[in-house]
Amino acid sequence: MAAEMEPPPLGDAGQTDFREIEDGEGFFVSTVTTLESPEPSSPDPPSMPAEGISTNGPKQEDISLDDDPEDLFAEATEEVSLDSPEREPILSDGPSPAITPVTPTAMLTPRMGLGTAEMFERSLDEIEEDDSGDTFDMHIAVSDPEKVGTFNTVLMYSYIKTSMTIFSKNETTVRRRFSDFLGLHSKLASRYLHIGYIVPPAPEKSIVGMTKVKVGKEDLSSAEFVEKRRSALERYLMRTVKHPILLKDPDVMMFLESSELPRAVSTQALSGAGILRMVNKAADAVNKMTIKMNESDAWFEEKHQQFENLDLQLRKLHASVECLVCHRKELSVNTASFAKSAAMLGNSEDHTALSRALSQLAEVEEKIDQLHQDQAYADFYLFSELLGDYVRLITAVKGVFDHRMKTWSKWQDTQLLLQKKREAESKLQFANKPDKLQQAQDEIKELEGKVQQGEKDFELISKTIRKEVSRFEKERVKDFKVVIIKYLESLVQTQQQLIKYWEAFLPEAKAIA
Amino acid sequence: MEGEPSPRSGAGFHQGSFPLAVNVDLQTDATLQVDISDALSERDKVKFTVHTKSTLPNFKQNEFSVVRQHEEFIWLHDSFVENEEYAGYIIPPAPPRPDFDASREKLQKLGEGEGSMTKEEFTKMKQELEAEYLAIFKKTVAMHEVFLCRVAAHPVLRKDMNFHVFLEYNQDLSVRGKNKREKMEDFFKNVVKSADGVLVAGVKDVDDFFEHEKTFLLEYHNRVKDASSKSDRMIRSHKNAADDINRIASTLYTLGTQDSTDVCKFFLKVSELFEKTRKIEARVAADEDLKLADLLKYYLRESQAAKDLLYRRGRALVDYENANKALDKARAKNKDVLQAETSQQVCCQKFEKISESAKQELIDFKTRRVAAFRKNLVELAELELKHAKGNLQLLQSCVGVLKGDT
Repeated sequence: MAAEMEPPPLGDAGQTDFREIEDGEGFFVSTVTTLESPEPSSPDPPSMPAEGISTNGPKQEDISLDDDPEDLFAEATEEVSLDSPEREPILSDGPSPAITPVTPTAMLTPRMGLGTAEMFERSLDEIEEDDSGDTFDMHIAVSDPEKVGTFNTVLMYSYIKTSMTIFSKNETTVRRRFSDFLGLHSKLASRYLHIGYIVPPAPEKSIVGMTKVKVGKEDLSSAEFVEKRRSALERYLMRTVKHPILLKDPDVMMFLESSELPRAVSTQALSGAGILRMVNKAADAVNKMTIKMNESDAWFEEKHQQFENLDLQLRKLHASVECLVCHRKELSVNTASFAKSAAMLGNSEDHTALSRALSQLAEVEEKIDQLHQDQAYADFYLFSELLGDYVRLITAVKGVFDHRMKTWSKWQDTQLLLQKKREAESKLQFANKPDKLQQAQDEIKELEGKVQQGEKDFELISKTIRKEVSRFEKERVKDFKVVIIKYLESLVQTQQQLIKYWEAFLPEAKAIA
Repeated sequence: MEGEPSPRSGAGFHQGSFPLAVNVDLQTDATLQVDISDALSERDKVKFTVHTKSTLPNFKQNEFSVVRQHEEFIWLHDSFVENEEYAGYIIPPAPPRPDFDASREKLQKLGEGEGSMTKEEFTKMKQELEAEYLAIFKKTVAMHEVFLCRVAAHPVLRKDMNFHVFLEYNQDLSVRGKNKREKMEDFFKNVVKSADGVLVAGVKDVDDFFEHEKTFLLEYHNRVKDASSKSDRMIRSHKNAADDINRIASTLYTLGTQDSTDVCKFFLKVSELFEKTRKIEARVAADEDLKLADLLKYYLRESQAAKDLLYRRGRALVDYENANKALDKARAKNKDVLQAETSQQVCCQKFEKISESAKQELIDFKTRRVAAFRKNLVELAELELKHAKGNLQLLQSCVGVLKGDT
């Protein structure tokens, strides 16, 4: 087990071109802006990802893919539009609202028009029906963390996926760094959270852990850190792609497919974006306290309470399991030390048969200590990490509920404003100021539109949340069931091994004459 | 202190049902059988009921019982140690003082923390602590009993007058615990003794057997000490892990009752499973404690007693050699020769007497040790197997049920 945890040695010569990333070349910046800037003309969505990706194309030296890079991306464009009928309406409308950056929701309406919005909703339904029975055959494995770069070392993770038809290749290997994952999450969060989608949270940063690795400390704790992070990234990615809406997001697709990504600087804690995030979080917290929502829907009230309870219990359970992991590791260490001590005792015992039996005991205990270590490993990776993931997921769920509250609050505020303006207008009616009156009437018209939109947004987010929660619960049930069974099976194995070891020892003990 | 459990059981402490963990071939001899038939824990003392069955003529009855406390056991042990006649024997090590402090402290902490946990958790923890208290209690009874049985089995010590008084005199022996001054005296005596011990040990022995035993015992004693402390730590980690499983089981239960989805069944079943496996894990730790840790602790004390014997012999040897030297000197000066001769004779006899019995004692020690280790290691392995099989069965049946449910 210890051997597995050692990060593989520094990448070989074949991977040299990835060192380019270290030099902070800026020629990928253009790609970023292409995707992010709002395109009023709303070009054919399938070409947008291709547009972004093809910029990369000619400059690529793609080692992992056999095909000519140009071909690959050309294929992608085709694949995207030739998809099976159910997927088409989604693709034509889906990405558009997604790609539009975080602008006030009021702006969405004039762009999309009500017709498209309806289609969007309908297609969402279709996705739901689709997924209820489908076989999700995408598999992502994050592996081979490798240190790249000599001065400012960075860990690169590669992953391999076998995918469904919407992706061009059956198996792709791409290399990504940790900040890429964070960048992806940040993009998805800014796009989807506020309209009610539960975006899986990314693994947390760890300055201490990363520094150890950077400094080149090749000890057990840094190996464990790398393994922990690798596993977390894998789970994160799997959760993200399992979400039918997120999977179709062009950023996700680009993340999964393209060989190089623009560096996500906004994820750095002390960057401008980072500070903005912190300010926003604080503002949100204050707002939450001041919004008192009239909950007309009992379902939301109930669910909110349920998630609060679940959160509490999962945190408690997580803490207990972490304790268990700690104690089991301790047990393993103490058993190993006892084994050594027993061996010494066996050495000094001058009765030969007893001496042999004591040495055997020492061997058994040594095997058992390895067993405890393996079990602690399972305790952690199966049980503890699942619980940690869900504690973070539920925070995301609660966030989504909060967004709904905000949406409601915004709607109400707009309504109040409308009312005020109406009152002001009726006053102006008697004041004989035709310009001001016209202006007031225009404003009222605009506000009426806004109020309508606000109500629509609120209904939309409520509907989305309902669906999301139901999907989340299904996933949760599945996840827990699978993990619990796996964990119990690991316990079964441990006991079986224990029986083997003690059965081998018993005749030795009996042989003492 | 009022809430302290006071375990009291009549049949519970008979030799049969709670077998002596450590000594094996003390098979009885109908002429003198000793056991502790009952014990009562009261405030900060434990009262042992020492029960004797004997066909020996010196006792007034064939079967009788007295109540003794720990201090009286110590008095008996010390009287053996101080008796010059017994210098050539391995004096059975004194039983350790009953120590319920840790357990009492935990019970107290539990009482204080009652408000912060649910009723079920509180009851569960209280039960566990009470079980722990009971286990410590049983252990201390066993150790006191082993001491008496060793004495009763020893061909010479069993005839000791003090021993008979201890067994038969049905009033309080009025043995008070040592006061401060006496404790200080003891402390200094020990310091002197260990310094002397080092000097004595430095003297090379002519006899190969004893020279070997000296080296052997020194190393063995140190290694047993190390193994004993490491086994304690291992067992404590085991107990900690079992406690964690307990808490996990409780939280899983709460999750199961709260959850409205399919997975609540899983939570409840696993919670139930963990309750059971935790009990088994706790039993594993307890059995390891009895069969392994206690064994090592006992032989730590016995090997010390054997070392003490060697020390006494070494001391006698040094005295003998000094007496020889004194005699030579006296003869050379032709002064006080008779005195020197007598003194030399006494030393010689003392030394030879000790040497003779010491040899046998050390051989017996080895036999006892091998037998005890064999018995305990076999029992340890058998118990580990039993518990692992029990655990396995519980786990497998649970997995079967859960898999069937998905």
